[in-house]
Amino acid sequence: MTEEKRKTPLLDELEKGPWPSFVKEMKKEAHRPMVQDALSQLERSYEEHISHWKHGGLVGVMGYGGGVIGRYSDLADEFPNVAEFHTHRVNQPSAWFYTSKALRTLCDIWEKHGSGLTNFHGSTGDIVFLGSTTEEIEPLFADLTKNGWDLGGSGSNMRTPSCCVGPARCEWAMYDTLDACYNITQQFQDELHRPFFPYKYKFKFSGCPNDCVASIARSDCSVIGVWKDDIRVDQKKVAEYAKTVDIENEICDLCPTQCISWDGKTFEIDNPNCVKCMHCINVMPKALKPGLERGATILIGGKAPIVGGALLCSVFVPFLEMDPESDYADLKELTDAIWELWGEHGKARERTGEFIQRVGMSNFLEEIGLDPIPEMVIHPRTNPYIFFDDEIFEQAGE
Amino acid sequence: MTEKRITDIGPPNYKQFLPPIITKNYGKWDHHEILKPGVMVHVGESGDKLFTVRVGSPRLLGITTVRWFADLADKYCDGYLRWTSRNNVEFLLTDPKKIEPLIAEVEAGGFPVGGMGNGISNIVHTQGWVHCHSSASDASGTVKSVMDELMPYFKQMTLPAKLRVAYACCLNMCGAVHCSDIAILGVHTRAPIIEHDNLPKMCEIPTLVASCPTGAIRPATVDGKQSIEIVEEQCMYCGNCFTVCPAVKINNAKTDGVSIWVGGKVSNARATPKFSKLAVPYLPNNPPRWPEVVGWVKKIVEVYAANARKHERLGEWIERIGWPKFFEMIDQPFTKYHIDDFKHAGETYTRTAQLRHA
Repeated sequence: MTEEKRKTPLLDELEKGPWPSFVKEMKKEAHRPMVQDALSQLERSYEEHISHWKHGGLVGVMGYGGGVIGRYSDLADEFPNVAEFHTHRVNQPSAWFYTSKALRTLCDIWEKHGSGLTNFHGSTGDIVFLGSTTEEIEPLFADLTKNGWDLGGSGSNMRTPSCCVGPARCEWAMYDTLDACYNITQQFQDELHRPFFPYKYKFKFSGCPNDCVASIARSDCSVIGVWKDDIRVDQKKVAEYAKTVDIENEICDLCPTQCISWDGKTFEIDNPNCVKCMHCINVMPKALKPGLERGATILIGGKAPIVGGALLCSVFVPFLEMDPESDYADLKELTDAIWELWGEHGKARERTGEFIQRVGMSNFLEEIGLDPIPEMVIHPRTNPYIFFDDEIFEQAGE
Repeated sequence: MTEKRITDIGPPNYKQFLPPIITKNYGKWDHHEILKPGVMVHVGESGDKLFTVRVGSPRLLGITTVRWFADLADKYCDGYLRWTSRNNVEFLLTDPKKIEPLIAEVEAGGFPVGGMGNGISNIVHTQGWVHCHSSASDASGTVKSVMDELMPYFKQMTLPAKLRVAYACCLNMCGAVHCSDIAILGVHTRAPIIEHDNLPKMCEIPTLVASCPTGAIRPATVDGKQSIEIVEEQCMYCGNCFTVCPAVKINNAKTDGVSIWVGGKVSNARATPKFSKLAVPYLPNNPPRWPEVVGWVKKIVEVYAANARKHERLGEWIERIGWPKFFEMIDQPFTKYHIDDFKHAGETYTRTAQLRHA
């Protein structure tokens, strides 16, 4: 490559400023011709305001249908070292904990087989290795698995599940998010690696309603930790907080169900009316603690806009026990029922949330064997276009 | 003789990566406290204390930096560290005396400590021009430019509540930005350009026709070859067709740009989770520093910071004061683009006479 082509005046601007620079990161690895070409091609994108990556081309490891995403330059003549520049998703450990030894192993493997550029982490949660040739895919995979690592999901399969920090470092974890995430990932290895589904299916595990992994917006199956019984109150510590927190304005008035009262001495919660929003606990974590009867709410059907519009998950099971001893049998049973129905009847590139809207929630529930309950809706239907079954007559006659 | 091929082993068991203090106090943490921006302590029921130092990162990391993080973990944290869901690195310390030396070394290396509490944490984002085929803009460059400007909010905790910024370079939203306080979203604004010569060779026409959510794609014969035509008025630029057929070019250097959305959240605290809503329909791609995008994000943050009540997220504040007031305060004209015309659009129309008449 000529000196002229190596120049990146536009990208150099992004080496300046206080936030850490991705351009510096790329330049640190640019002794590899692949990264130098990636930089030069990116500079071209900055000049021309357009991407120079092509998609398509099936690449992957033998026996898997996902985990590697084919990426090719549309300027391969000019930048031959990125003619092939594939993405690898490596399944991260639960809650993204590492030892320095594990990180070094990953770096050594990636240095041997690819560009040395990574994402910690990709949007779904995987460790992302950016840029290898087709030839290196299988040897990279062999080195990963030999060291105990495996690929994550891509395409129309179960995507790599992820979870919040959970009981490892949070007092609000209402179930063991790390264990649940690990268990579900191991249980569904076939579904993770081999795309059989109409489209992607994501699991995210959050330990409490603060939802630090954005499960309600970003997954098809959102598992949000919650408790059923009373918030535990330490009145002495509330009094301590009262010195710095305006409890009336900052807590009572902001409670969504107005179920808290404070007379300057006693902090009282009308617990049956508490909707477990976490606000009061977030503000006074030393004084207020979630209850002890713990489990999770299961919500289904969240997604980003493509294709039929963005959706948040909606409630399916208000409270499910998440005891690790149960091996999460109830969650797996629900998942199997959803996959069987959606797998059979979903259209190509139709997420569960869109499928539910197309076939109707009532039909969907009936098919997977869940009873309708009022917690599933904000309010009952307002339009009278009801499809009545014959059994309505028997019920009316009783 | 080849080695036996290993498959379907799944991720390594996380338990081997947990520091001993976490294994000991697992599920038995009593409370936590933010000691200063970027530093917090978790106290176990046992009385044990675990200190966390949170460090911002550009997400795109070379192995040189990952190895440096590993060295820092060895030096200060007995070799243990983790990442957050917003791509921050967290160093996990048991010795409080090591906190300040760690911070000094991390910051000397060009990585900021912060991103906690009522401030702005790292921007979650997508690949953009660095590595994606359908990006309408670059992710890393925009994020770098915005964070350079928002740095004081990363290093301090002076906002009314936390403020989450996310960036996605097209409507696919690999970054699922649709429930963020501020979402920056790359947009395509024109129907794809069809490469009729390549299309029959590269794509299956029935699959391509079926890929369009609005039925805008029809089979057609062009110059005697099987191809397709696109009813431009029906196209909403989602790019789904491009994903199934590379000969239908959605990327357009002249017309691709960036939009800004506000007021979403995922947490259930106080108000229920919300989608982000359109604030600024279109800004040009202006690399390397996207000054228009940076300017708008900064303006929205500053207006929010100056006017919201304590604990109020951006969306909660806007809903209290009303959208007309918000548009007035940020000095953004309300346009036809702000009114929804997709499915269920009517749910967003005002169907009451309860209005503010200032």
